[in-house]
Amino acid sequence: MLLDKDRIFTNLYGRHDFRLEAAKQRGAWNSTKELMQFGPEWICDQIKASGLRGRGGAGFPTGLKWTFMPKVVKDRPHYLVVNADESEPGTCKDRDIMRHDPHLLIEGCLIASFAMRASKCYIYLRGEYIRERECLEEAIAEAYKAGLVGKNACGSGFDFDIYCHHGAGAYICGEETALLESLEGKKGQPRLKPPFPANAGLYGCPTTVNNVESIAVAPTILRRGASWFAGFGRPNNTGTKVFCVSGHVERPCNIEEEMSIPLKTLIEEHCGGVRGGWSNLKAIIPGGSSVPMIPKDICDTVLMDFDALRDVKSGLGTAAVIVMDKSTDLVRAIARIAYFYKHESCGQCTPCREGTGWMWRVLERMVKGEAEVSEIDTLLDVASQVEGHTICALGDAAAWPIQGLIRHFRQEIEDRITNYRQGRPHVQGHTLAAE
Amino acid sequence: MSHRRFHHPEHHEPFAFNAASEDQIAWWERKYPSERRASAVIPALWVTQKQNNGWLSEPALRAVADRLGMTYIRVYEIATFYTMFNLEPVGKYHFQVCGTTPCMLRGADKLKDFCERKIGPKGHVSGGGKFSWVEVECLGACVNAPMIQINDYYYEDLSIETLEQLIDDFASGKDPQPGTYVERQTSAPAGPPTSLADEALYDGSKAKPLSVVPNAPKPPEPAQT
Repeated sequence: MLLDKDRIFTNLYGRHDFRLEAAKQRGAWNSTKELMQFGPEWICDQIKASGLRGRGGAGFPTGLKWTFMPKVVKDRPHYLVVNADESEPGTCKDRDIMRHDPHLLIEGCLIASFAMRASKCYIYLRGEYIRERECLEEAIAEAYKAGLVGKNACGSGFDFDIYCHHGAGAYICGEETALLESLEGKKGQPRLKPPFPANAGLYGCPTTVNNVESIAVAPTILRRGASWFAGFGRPNNTGTKVFCVSGHVERPCNIEEEMSIPLKTLIEEHCGGVRGGWSNLKAIIPGGSSVPMIPKDICDTVLMDFDALRDVKSGLGTAAVIVMDKSTDLVRAIARIAYFYKHESCGQCTPCREGTGWMWRVLERMVKGEAEVSEIDTLLDVASQVEGHTICALGDAAAWPIQGLIRHFRQEIEDRITNYRQGRPHVQGHTLAAE
Repeated sequence: MSHRRFHHPEHHEPFAFNAASEDQIAWWERKYPSERRASAVIPALWVTQKQNNGWLSEPALRAVADRLGMTYIRVYEIATFYTMFNLEPVGKYHFQVCGTTPCMLRGADKLKDFCERKIGPKGHVSGGGKFSWVEVECLGACVNAPMIQINDYYYEDLSIETLEQLIDDFASGKDPQPGTYVERQTSAPAGPPTSLADEALYDGSKAKPLSVVPNAPKPPEPAQT
């Protein structure tokens, strides 16, 4: 369990003011110039040593990512783009950072940009976060006025501009290259990689895209030392993390905890436990809607980190824990997620554009039981053909929840089909599969 | 993918920016390199939608295209791709009910049914132009589920009763506060705090300059004489 003195986001709930003076009292912008004096390499080394892995879902080591940028600025400027297009169902952590602790994010942007020699930073918020954008714009204006960003930021001699940009409701813009397309004023359709953004990103210039939380923790890591951060969690899964616990718990909340905390402890200590007690638990989606669900017997013991969840064929993702108790119709819960992916597919790659809609329609029939048992295997087969055959990971994200459902709760779909057929002598099968 | 088009563009009224919109678009444009004005298209469309009573018409899209030096089709592409752009008129109070799984688990279906009864079918404007509602995908406030975005702001932890009160308040011209509608502070767990209770975090002790930066590189050894 994490102690209060070790929390990074000390205003996560907005009990205190988000503005500059109060943020400084809480430790933001403390000795920023001194942290910058040792140069970009030192910063990258510290972040690497802290073991920080990207907090946006993929878990790529942040310090390593920063070193992919060219070491010298040539004819093209470098950009840092912060991904604040938080849209993964279950996830609402970046929202709290932006509306309640925006100065930690802005300071992180300065330090990360300095480490990557990026003179400009764009923060791409999802369009719906209007209140969050107002807070962030106000905080940026304060930072400019106080000389913390802008020309000679913090007196370091480094010139740095930071801007807020917003989207307009498209989940796919959380994918880094789609986000860059959107920021250039186009439809958010992912680009083929390579070239990777570190070579040709925003406006064809070297760019790094990082999640809000990955950036916002960086200054505190430098202030308190890489080994302090690395002291939390298991090796390769270090640090603190903001978890979002939603669904059937007594008290849903966001909470910063240490990595590798047991899932059960997280829910019982901070969320008042599962509605109706732990024994009433059916399944949990541990990392946002894209990752496969895990049934209760795994939830009993699993640790909340990248490796432990990967070992049980799920993932930490964005650490958005969606709890489902025994009253939940799991088939319907996953059908709704399938609808989400159908709605949010950008339409660029055929397997995803057609596959997401097909999978949703089959699942909707399975919710009623109006399907053939053999269609469960067909569905699995289609899911595996969507997975890995698209430009971006949305295809994978659409397939995994369905695979998770069938892996652990196949019986439930079969029962549904059997029950539907009881008392109906003539059931037409396979009539709708190819609609 | 979502499929959205204009239904009756022949009935659209002419559109021109007012001074406030002009200022805001110019403010957005300054954020991007001068040869990259197209970057401002989404914020510009948002400003335009605000001016045009919450939706975008064909003349409005053409005005944005001209303003930013883009071809009309590029702007049309954006307006049909991004779901926050409404291509049909909406009510003065536009309810966007989140229906994705985390909200669904906590009762979004009931809110949708209630909106249907009280306001009418999805996308339909009722109450003399006052109300409309749609179902949207995850709005990113899942620990405060179920929730609705009404115009710009989030109304969270709703129930049928609080939603009914909200609709009545808007109908009678009141301006109900956004935020949570149960006893809790934003995204904190209801009841006694489980974290961030230590007053030492807020007494200014964290603002004292660092006496030494952890892991600072060692100064170079003085040259041997």
